[in-house]
Amino acid sequence: MRNLIILFLIFIIPSKALGLIEVDITRGNLNPLPIAVSPLSIDDQSKKSFEKTLKKKDIGSEISKVIEKNLKTSGLFNPLDKNAFLQAPDIAHLKPRFEDWNLIKAQALITGKVKNVDDKLRVEFRLWDVLAGKEMMALAFTTVPNNWRRVGHIITDKVYERLTGEKGYFDTRIIYVAEEGPKTKRIKKLAIMDQDGANNKFLTLGNELVLTPRFNPTSQMVTYLSYFRNLPRVYLLDIETGIQEVVGDFPGMTFAPRFSPDGKKIIMSFAKDGNSDIYTMDLENRIVEKITNHPSIDTSPSYSPDGKFICFNSDRSGYQQIYVMKSDGSNVKRISFGNGLYGTPVWSPRGDLIAFTKLHKGKFYIGVMRTDGSGERLLTENFYQEAPSWSPNGRVLIFYRETKTDDKGEGFSAKLWSIDLTGYNERLVDTPTDASDPSWSSLLSN
Amino acid sequence: MKLNKILKNTFLVLFACLVLSACATSKKSTGQMQGDVYTGTDTVEYLASGVPDRVFFATNESVLTTASRETLRKQAAWLRKNSDITIVLEGHADERGTREYNLALGERRANAAKDYLMTYGISSNRISVLSYGKERPVDSGSNPLAWSKNRRSVTVKAN
Repeated sequence: MRNLIILFLIFIIPSKALGLIEVDITRGNLNPLPIAVSPLSIDDQSKKSFEKTLKKKDIGSEISKVIEKNLKTSGLFNPLDKNAFLQAPDIAHLKPRFEDWNLIKAQALITGKVKNVDDKLRVEFRLWDVLAGKEMMALAFTTVPNNWRRVGHIITDKVYERLTGEKGYFDTRIIYVAEEGPKTKRIKKLAIMDQDGANNKFLTLGNELVLTPRFNPTSQMVTYLSYFRNLPRVYLLDIETGIQEVVGDFPGMTFAPRFSPDGKKIIMSFAKDGNSDIYTMDLENRIVEKITNHPSIDTSPSYSPDGKFICFNSDRSGYQQIYVMKSDGSNVKRISFGNGLYGTPVWSPRGDLIAFTKLHKGKFYIGVMRTDGSGERLLTENFYQEAPSWSPNGRVLIFYRETKTDDKGEGFSAKLWSIDLTGYNERLVDTPTDASDPSWSSLLSN
Repeated sequence: MKLNKILKNTFLVLFACLVLSACATSKKSTGQMQGDVYTGTDTVEYLASGVPDRVFFATNESVLTTASRETLRKQAAWLRKNSDITIVLEGHADERGTREYNLALGERRANAAKDYLMTYGISSNRISVLSYGKERPVDSGSNPLAWSKNRRSVTVKAN
């Protein structure tokens, strides 16, 4: 994917850190920043040519809708109603009349221009501080027209980064399991979509049960569990080529796979004779290493971002708890000590937190704790939910939630949800079918 | 001391019964569980006359109950008589656990059944084990009775 698009970043005016508007993302943001996303202006000729190739009437306005939706979903921004805008998009992009934007209470303004250059899509945009009356950043991209949604995501990432001081997570994808059919005979397929739900695509046909897909942090590879020929094994899938292969040659079930942060190893559980231990396999030289050696269930391993530690789930104390060890398997330490059972630990890409699922008194929680187990914070409570996965900037968690089946056997559903690390901004993530086991990709660009 | 323990156990059982009857949503469910292990026959199929195909487990447990051991002894006797038959032990968990842990738990349950069959003379090369975790419930309900039916190891003929 990275190679497919040609991205030319041209700094029109180098943006200086001027200490203008800032958005604080470290606490629940109850007052999202009012922002105006002016439709990107487009000349008539470009408009017509893109209408032909992309089947979109006004691609400038479509890109601005992508940006607007992203900003709104982040919970940190409040995109204002376009009907209230006084200034025309093309003029606003040259020189905004800040009084007009101030009047509708916009604090930041995004303007832009789209042009067809040699059948490529050239997009430039500017971010303005309305109160200070200043330009905060200006960038231009040229890419193949089909990448227009990604342009919207990349612009959002740039704006987010400029205003919050942290990397964005919009030019990303989610891999998950699409579910259909009755609970007792559920059909499951691997599916992939953009972070905002667009471009949904099924990657398997549903002939065999598939579970727990996870992205390689450095490439477009995915590891997952497949029941192909009724032999549950960890597989590797290249989403670009569709080529699949089984990982390793284990005489039994392998499951709970994840990549190491450098993408070179797969860490997973192997179950034999009623005992599950954690193993790694190097994808280059195929060397298999046994990491844990304990007669209990050891599963759901996840590396720290520096690759030096592994958090995992074990019932060696009698019940499911979270443990941390060095990546060679030494220095095993239990870190979860609260009431209830703990599962599915996942290390934050920022390194400071571990997200988990907790079961206590018949309720399921998604929570986070520091890597030594202190500072446990529960973000959301429900009848059933599990399997959090971090956004690449470590600010948002995506997970799945199931609803109860009533006495008539009705009412069951499985859906993806996201929530901010702050515990605010809980949102249903739209999918065409029921969905579970989400995994968030790294940023596709840069 | 012993009396104390008996009293304590009686109390626990009584308490469990109270809790269960309080949880039970329909009359059908009463008397179908002991502790939280399913004791009914709703979902049970038979490998041969008088040979039930499955055993049930308590929440988070893989310990075989007295009834489970009796079922497995019947299975072992039938397998000894039919020495050409090979089997798959399919281990399952209920929906009240994380997916990955449940895969391991299903495997552990099926292996508990396998070990028991082996002590009754069934060769390990006639037995394979397959865990479905929580992926294949028999009862789609979200209540303690449904969950108890789903925590199971099922012996399936492989040939």
